Amino acid sequence: MRKSNFLFHLYMVLFLIYMILPLVVMGGAAFNDSRFPSIYPWVGWTDRWFIELWKDTRMWVAFRNTILVALAVVAISIPIGTAAAILINSIAGSTRTVLYSLMVAPILTPGAVIGISTLLFWNTLNVPAGLHLSVLGQVSFIAAFVMLLVLARLQSFDRGLEEAALDLGASHAQVLRRILLPHLYPAIGAGAAIGFFQSIENFNVTLFTRGTYDTLTVYVFSKVRTGITPTINALALILIAVTLFCAIAYEVRRRAVARRG
Amino acid sequence: MSDLLNRYGGLLTAIFILLTAFWLLMLVILPNIYLFENSFRPYLPVNEMGGPKDVYSLNNYLTFFKSPIHMNVFVWTIIYSSLVTLICFIIAYPLAYYMSKIAPDRIIPTLFLLLFVPLWVSEVLRSFAWFIILALKGPLNSTLLGLGIIEAPVRWIMGFRGVVIGLVYTYVLFMLFPIYNAIQSLDTNQIEAAEDLGSPWWRTHLRVILPHSKPGIASGAVMVFMLSAGSILVPTLLASTTSRWFTEIIQQWMFESQDWNTGSAYAFLLLILCTVFVSVVMRVFRVKLSDIAK
Amino acid sequence: MSAGVELDNVTMEFGSFRAVDNVSVNIQPGEFFSFLGPSGCGKTTILRMISGFIQPTKGLVKIGGKDMQGARPNQRPTALIFQNLALFPLMPVWENIAFGLEVRGVDKAKRRARAEELLRLVDLPDAADKRVSQLSGGQKQRVAIARALAVEPSVMLLDEPLSALDLKLRQHMRAELRAIQKRTQVTFIYITHDQGEALAMSDRVGVMSHGKLQQVAVPQDIYNNPANGFVASFVGENNILSGDITGEEGGLVSFATPSGTFSARLGPGVSKGAKARLFLRPEHARLSTEAGKENSVPVEVTDVAFEGNFISVHSVDAKGQTYISEARNDGSAVIPGRGDKRHIVFEGQHAVLLTGDISAKDVDE
Repeated sequence: MRKSNFLFHLYMVLFLIYMILPLVVMGGAAFNDSRFPSIYPWVGWTDRWFIELWKDTRMWVAFRNTILVALAVVAISIPIGTAAAILINSIAGSTRTVLYSLMVAPILTPGAVIGISTLLFWNTLNVPAGLHLSVLGQVSFIAAFVMLLVLARLQSFDRGLEEAALDLGASHAQVLRRILLPHLYPAIGAGAAIGFFQSIENFNVTLFTRGTYDTLTVYVFSKVRTGITPTINALALILIAVTLFCAIAYEVRRRAVARRG
Repeated sequence: MSDLLNRYGGLLTAIFILLTAFWLLMLVILPNIYLFENSFRPYLPVNEMGGPKDVYSLNNYLTFFKSPIHMNVFVWTIIYSSLVTLICFIIAYPLAYYMSKIAPDRIIPTLFLLLFVPLWVSEVLRSFAWFIILALKGPLNSTLLGLGIIEAPVRWIMGFRGVVIGLVYTYVLFMLFPIYNAIQSLDTNQIEAAEDLGSPWWRTHLRVILPHSKPGIASGAVMVFMLSAGSILVPTLLASTTSRWFTEIIQQWMFESQDWNTGSAYAFLLLILCTVFVSVVMRVFRVKLSDIAK
Repeated sequence: MSAGVELDNVTMEFGSFRAVDNVSVNIQPGEFFSFLGPSGCGKTTILRMISGFIQPTKGLVKIGGKDMQGARPNQRPTALIFQNLALFPLMPVWENIAFGLEVRGVDKAKRRARAEELLRLVDLPDAADKRVSQLSGGQKQRVAIARALAVEPSVMLLDEPLSALDLKLRQHMRAELRAIQKRTQVTFIYITHDQGEALAMSDRVGVMSHGKLQQVAVPQDIYNNPANGFVASFVGENNILSGDITGEEGGLVSFATPSGTFSARLGPGVSKGAKARLFLRPEHARLSTEAGKENSVPVEVTDVAFEGNFISVHSVDAKGQTYISEARNDGSAVIPGRGDKRHIVFEGQHAVLLTGDISAKDVDE
C-alpha cells in the first residue's frame, strides 16, 4: 500500500506540473525580447510587451466590453436563475422533469449552437448582432449554472421558516427579503462569481453574436491568428495573475470562515 | 403551483414565472425553434426573402449528405471527440480516486487552489500556451533535443495530434471534478469492507468504486465530449492542414459564405450529435439528467 | 386582548382523504385548550386551518367572533409555535423575537426594548445577542415563545413544541408554559399526542381520532368519564374485556364475558344490545388473596413491576384474559411473586361499558 501511495502522490505532482507548466511557459514568454512568443531561445529580459499592450487601444476597448458584458450577464442571470430555482423547487411531478430538462439543456448545448440560434432568433425580431446579443446568449446557459447552485442550496432550506415569518405577520416580499434570500446568499454569491468568470472567458457564444465588437477572448483569438506578438503573453500573464489573486483571496476567506466556525 | 402561491403570494409568483418564462422561451426554446426552422429555408438575398423561392426544403441537409468532405469531417470530429473523452477519463479517474480517498485532508484545499487556476484561465489562453509549446522551434522540441531524446525537431501539430493534445489539456478538469465528487460520496468503509473480504485492488475498483462513480463519469463524459465536439478555439489554433473540425465548417457557412441557413442546418446537426451522445450516456450508465447536470 | 376560537362544522379534505371530519368546538378567550390524539388524527390540520396556512373544505373558522375565511396567516391575530420551532438561524436572538415587530414597521430601538422585555419574561435576560445555534433546547423553546408573544397575538397555537426535549426539561417546560399562559391571559391552543401534557396543562382537552373530535371535556372528565372506547383506551391504561350486556340491576348492568359475568355501569350513549367492551382502570383493579362477593376473577400473577410509589402487577385468568392492576405503595404492602394465585376484585361503579374502536397506542408506543 505504501508503494502504491507513493505512485499516486507522484502521479498527482506530475499532473499538477502538466496543468501549470504550460501557463508558466506562456507567461514567461511575455518577458522575452523576441518578436515571436517563446521562452527559447532566450533573447533577453524586456518589459516592452507590457508597454505595447498598455498602449493598445483595441485591447482596452475589448477589455471594457468584456467587463460590461460580464456585469450585464451576472445582473440578468442572478434574478433569472434564482427565480427558476425557487419555481422548480415548489413544483413536482412531470412538469418539474420537463422544466428541469429545459433549464439544464443550455449547459449541455455547444456554444456555437447557442450563439447561432440566438443570432437567428433576435435577427428575425430585427435586433442586430452586437454585445447585447452576446449577453443574451451567455445568459441562456449561465442562468442554468445559477439555477443549479441555488437549487442545491434550497434543498437545505426549512420551509417552516417561511411559514413562521408569514405567521408573524410578514408579507410575502418581506419573507423573501428577510428569510429566503439571506439563506440563498452564499449560492447567489457563488453563482455571481462563476457567472462572471464564465462570461469573461466565453468565446463560442460571443463569436457568433458579437457583430463587430471585440471582447478579450475574441481579441486574443484574432491576434493569435493574424499578427502574433508577445503582447498576448503579457495579457495572458496579467489574466493569470488576476485569476490566481482571486483564487487565493477566495481560499483565505474560506479558511477564515472555517476558523470562525 | 398552488403551493407556490401559498408560499410567495401572487405578485412574487408572477415575477418568478415571468423571469423563468423569459429565459426558457426567449433564450432557449424559441431560438432553437428558429434554428430548426431556418435550417429548412434557402439562403436568399434580402429582397427575395418571403418570396416564391422562400420555401421549406431539405436542401441544406442534402448539402451535407452530398459532400463527402463534410461528412468525413463530421465523422472524424465524433471519433476524435470520443478519443479525447476516453483519454480524459483515463487520466482523471486515478486522480479523482487519489484526491477523494488517499490524499491527506489538509492538502485538499491547496490542490483545489492549484487546479482552479488552469480551470479559470480562459480556453483561448490555454490553447495558446500549447500553440507556443508545440511550435516546431518551441520549448518542447528544444528540451527534447537538448536531452538527446530526439535528433530532429518533431512536427507535433500534425494530423489530429495537436488538436487532441490541446483538447485533453483544456477539458480534463471537466472530467476530474465530477468523478471526484462522486467518489467523495462513497463511504470509505465500503472500500475497506471489500478489501477486508479479500478483494484485490482492481476488483474493488471494478465492483465497488467504479459503479459508485457512474454519475460522475457520465457527467464528465458528456461535458468533455460536448465541449470537444463544439470547440472552436483549439481546432483553429492547433490544427494542421489535414485536421479539420466540424465547427470550422459551421464558421465557414456563417462568416465566409454568410449563408446562415446552411449554417443553422450544420449547427443543428451538431446539436443532434450532442443530444444523441447525452441520451446514449444516460442509457448506458443508467443515470438521470439530474445526475449529469449538477 | 385574547380572543376565542370557534370551529363550526369544519371539514378538511386532501383529495379523497378526509383529514378533519366535521369538527365543531368553541374555545373560550383565555382558555388553555389541547387537542390530543395519535399522529395522523387531524390535530395538526386543525391548527393549520386556525393559523390560515390552509382553508377548510367546508365549515367556518371564527376568531374573536370574526369569520376568518380568506384571511392569510399574516392577517390573523394568531401566532404559531412550530414543532421544530422554526427559529431564523441567520438572525440573533433579539431579531428573531422582534421580527414580527420589524415587519410591522416598529423602529429599531423600540424593537430591541420589547425583545429584552420578552426575554426577561421567559427568563433569558442575557440572550439577546446570542446566535440561535448557541442556545440549548430549552432556551430555544423560550425564544420561540417570546417571538410568538412579541406580536401580541390573541391566540397562541402550539404544535407539539415540547416533543424534541428530554423528559425532565419537558416536565419543567409544562409548568413554565402554563405559568406564561396564566400571566399573559392569551388563549393557548395546544396540539399533542402526549396525554400527560394535555391533562396536566389544559383547562379543557379535545380528544381526536380519524379526523373526528371524540370528546371535549375538562381533564378529569376525560380520564374518569371517557365518552367512548377510543378516549378511554388512548388516555391512560385499561383492562379491557369483551362480552354482552345481559341484564340491569339498580343503575348497573350485568355484562357476560368468557371470564365471568360482572356488574358495570353504562357509558354515554351505550344501551342494552350495543356492541360494548368493559373498561377498568388498573388503579381500580384490586389484587386480593380472597375472592370477592361479586366482580371477582381468580388469576395467576405473571409479572410484577415495582415502580416506587406504586406496584404494578400483571396477571392472567383461566381463559387467557390478561389483567393489570396497580396499588399504591404505602410501605407495608406485600409484594406478590410470579406464579402466586390471587383474585382481581373491582367495584361495578368503576367498570364502564363503552362502544367504539380501541386506540392502537399500546401496540405502537
